[in-house]
Amino acid sequence: MSAVLQRLAAMMPPSRLLERPEHLAAYESDGLTAFRARPIAVVIPETPEEVIALVRFCHAERLPFVARGSGTSLSGGSLPVAGGIVIALNRLNRILKLDPAQRIAVVEPGVVNLDVTQAATAHGLHYAPDPSSQSICTIGGNVAFNSGGAHCLKYGMTSNHVLGIKAVLATGEVVVWGGPSREFVGPDWCGLFTGNEGLFGIALEITLQLLPRAECFHTVLAGYRTLEHAGDAVSAVIASGLLPGAIEIMDALALEAAVAAVHAEYPPGCEAVLIVELEGPREVVAADRERLDRIIAASQPVEARPARDAAERIAIWKGRKSAFSAVGRLSPDFIVQDGVVPRRRLGEALRRIGEMGRESGIRVANVFHAGDGNLHPLILFDGRESGALQRAEALAGRILEMCVEMGGSITGEHGVGMEKRDYLSAMFSADEIDCMSRIRSAFDPLGIANPGKMFPVSEAPALQHHGLHPLEKAGVISRE
Amino acid sequence: MSAVLAPASFEELAEAVRSTPRLLAVGAGTKPRLSVAGVDVVKLSTAGLRGISEYDPSEFTFTAAAGTPLREITAALAERGQYLPFDPMLIDAGATLGGTVASGLSGPGRFRFGGLRDFILGVRFVDGAGRLMRMGGKVVKNAAGFDLPKFFVGSLGRFGVLAEITFKVFPRPPSALTLRLAAGTLDAAVQILAGAANSRFEFDALDIAPREMGESGVLARLAGPAPALAAMTREVFARWPGEVLSDESAELLWISLREFRWTHPDTPLVKIALSPSTAVALGETMQSLDGALWHLSAGGNVAFISLASAAQATELDESLQKLSLPGVTLRGDAPLWLGPRARPAIAQAVKHALDPTNRFPSLDDQ
Repeated sequence: MSAVLQRLAAMMPPSRLLERPEHLAAYESDGLTAFRARPIAVVIPETPEEVIALVRFCHAERLPFVARGSGTSLSGGSLPVAGGIVIALNRLNRILKLDPAQRIAVVEPGVVNLDVTQAATAHGLHYAPDPSSQSICTIGGNVAFNSGGAHCLKYGMTSNHVLGIKAVLATGEVVVWGGPSREFVGPDWCGLFTGNEGLFGIALEITLQLLPRAECFHTVLAGYRTLEHAGDAVSAVIASGLLPGAIEIMDALALEAAVAAVHAEYPPGCEAVLIVELEGPREVVAADRERLDRIIAASQPVEARPARDAAERIAIWKGRKSAFSAVGRLSPDFIVQDGVVPRRRLGEALRRIGEMGRESGIRVANVFHAGDGNLHPLILFDGRESGALQRAEALAGRILEMCVEMGGSITGEHGVGMEKRDYLSAMFSADEIDCMSRIRSAFDPLGIANPGKMFPVSEAPALQHHGLHPLEKAGVISRE
Repeated sequence: MSAVLAPASFEELAEAVRSTPRLLAVGAGTKPRLSVAGVDVVKLSTAGLRGISEYDPSEFTFTAAAGTPLREITAALAERGQYLPFDPMLIDAGATLGGTVASGLSGPGRFRFGGLRDFILGVRFVDGAGRLMRMGGKVVKNAAGFDLPKFFVGSLGRFGVLAEITFKVFPRPPSALTLRLAAGTLDAAVQILAGAANSRFEFDALDIAPREMGESGVLARLAGPAPALAAMTREVFARWPGEVLSDESAELLWISLREFRWTHPDTPLVKIALSPSTAVALGETMQSLDGALWHLSAGGNVAFISLASAAQATELDESLQKLSLPGVTLRGDAPLWLGPRARPAIAQAVKHALDPTNRFPSLDDQ
């Protein structure tokens, strides 16, 4: 055991310090499986005090650390740093407070997203952000990556629901920002911290706003001959002045996958399925649904199927939310992209993605949040085929560049992470990246918190560690 | 206001920042306490940076220069049936978009869909090194890079000068109805706020207006299709008796709140972030401040206090410290910050990252 590990071992009982290769293997990768890295150890704290002590230890030792929840990041955000440690936060999973009168929950970072809503349900409340991985992903990870979900147009992303944060910064400083109020005074530190991708420190306690569960839903699934028709229907819904809770589109390949995986049923002969959901008090939904039904009928669907009851609504969402994993049945491997384009250019973007896919001989399934222009092209490949991953990544890169060129973003909700760090400069100038890098250094002067993520390799200060880690060079740590 | 710098373009703005060692941007000066600074600090007026550069209603977004008056923006949005749901304040007073962001001021409508911070998408700004940069994006959803646009909300121009801002907007509900719900005491009124906030009705705003404080009634605004509102109102009244305000008196009332017309003219006006559970305790403080008025907004999450005299600021400050409620003075002669004030090292470090030569005043300047 290396010297640094021995000092670490003095802080943690053996059962909560993993350092044998067979134990570390499970942590080598996250939701972006194309990358792997082996940390020197995984530590499993059980209290905020232990997390603070670990971060201060890393600071003193200049030891890189990556905080990890359930490891569902699709951008490689929780990919370990070789030579560093992983701080696994799953045991900090207490809901510290649930205050229905003020509609807030105070939670530890390892609390699973869906557990917040489940705890709030008894009070008629829910936690709005609902990433597809909500049954396993943690609030700490959601905060680090400002996760989204299917309801962002109306309800915003994680950041819009974070009222307070207690965090330990990479310097070891413990800060408390915000609190139970929905309002704040002074700069919005919670806003700055949310979406930091683990580069600032670790959130220890998060105050979340809860919202009353909508009383009533009206969910319509409509099939269209072409993606363009589905896109036109979205434009018509938006132009009508309605504010749906969700507007989603799945293309033919995604539909095929959902059919195979969860036996979802869709109108036959459709190249695209649109899902629109209204929600609110029953009187409001009743008035709005008439308008929506008229708009959908006028959009010439092959077939429109309003959910007649809660079971049908759940079935519609089950098909949609299973689409990502379902695509895994069509192909041994796939990359999920997360670019955003202005909504009016959705049709054009999809056409170009289709063309690029055909040119590269790569199949691309599309599942996306049409209401907010957030695309999720699923790029299918077989990793056993030589060069296939590289070709898939090249296509993913072209799609991202197209999104930026159209005035959109390289990421709507997955974050930059490891995967898109080289595309940050497609969106931001050298000055802008420098500015962000300076802010990062303010939080983490040593570059030990999740180094190697978000910033392009050449600009990332932390990537001075690239290649041999200084401790490795000094013979203190080693890779196996 | 003796603004001596008045750039007319973003390039001129960047140049003005680079050539001025100490400066602070001001918009229309509707929250004058926020731009009080030392004599060596030169004021930069954003009045020459004006206009909506992009507005496509189908995108639910617009981009406008920081010096654009809110009234230009709200008028352009209204023409296309859209609005900023957080009810920006001081529209008639001439407040600018940039000043509204820098002050972090949201109105009663922030209750339903969130405050200004929840609708800001992107900024162009000039940092302390004089660099004109963009952060955030122009689309409704974006997770690339640090969320500096949010950080500028409430930052009082201490980290950079805003040049241009992109916002998300929503379709305006077709109609609204304001109800006054009766409550005997502040305690009872706060109970109504909590009950109504958790109800199925999805109120658009839940406020206690200054003139309601004596008799403690709750202003509850519903927004949506007209027939739905009429039906819901009957059920609301069955639970909380009250009356419907006429459209005309409701509009006057909300405008009065939006424009702070209810306040004393020259004394301190303070914004406080609180939660419903601390509203009653703050009410006790208010009773001891003779002649002070207050508006409890956003379901009990924001209080605006108009003190009867500058001398009352000390007592309010002490009380806010005891209650752990942070406040900021928008106008009048009172300390900029009231209540508890942490000074973590990170605040200084981030200030240094954005403004290495302290070109802009510090947030700690009183």
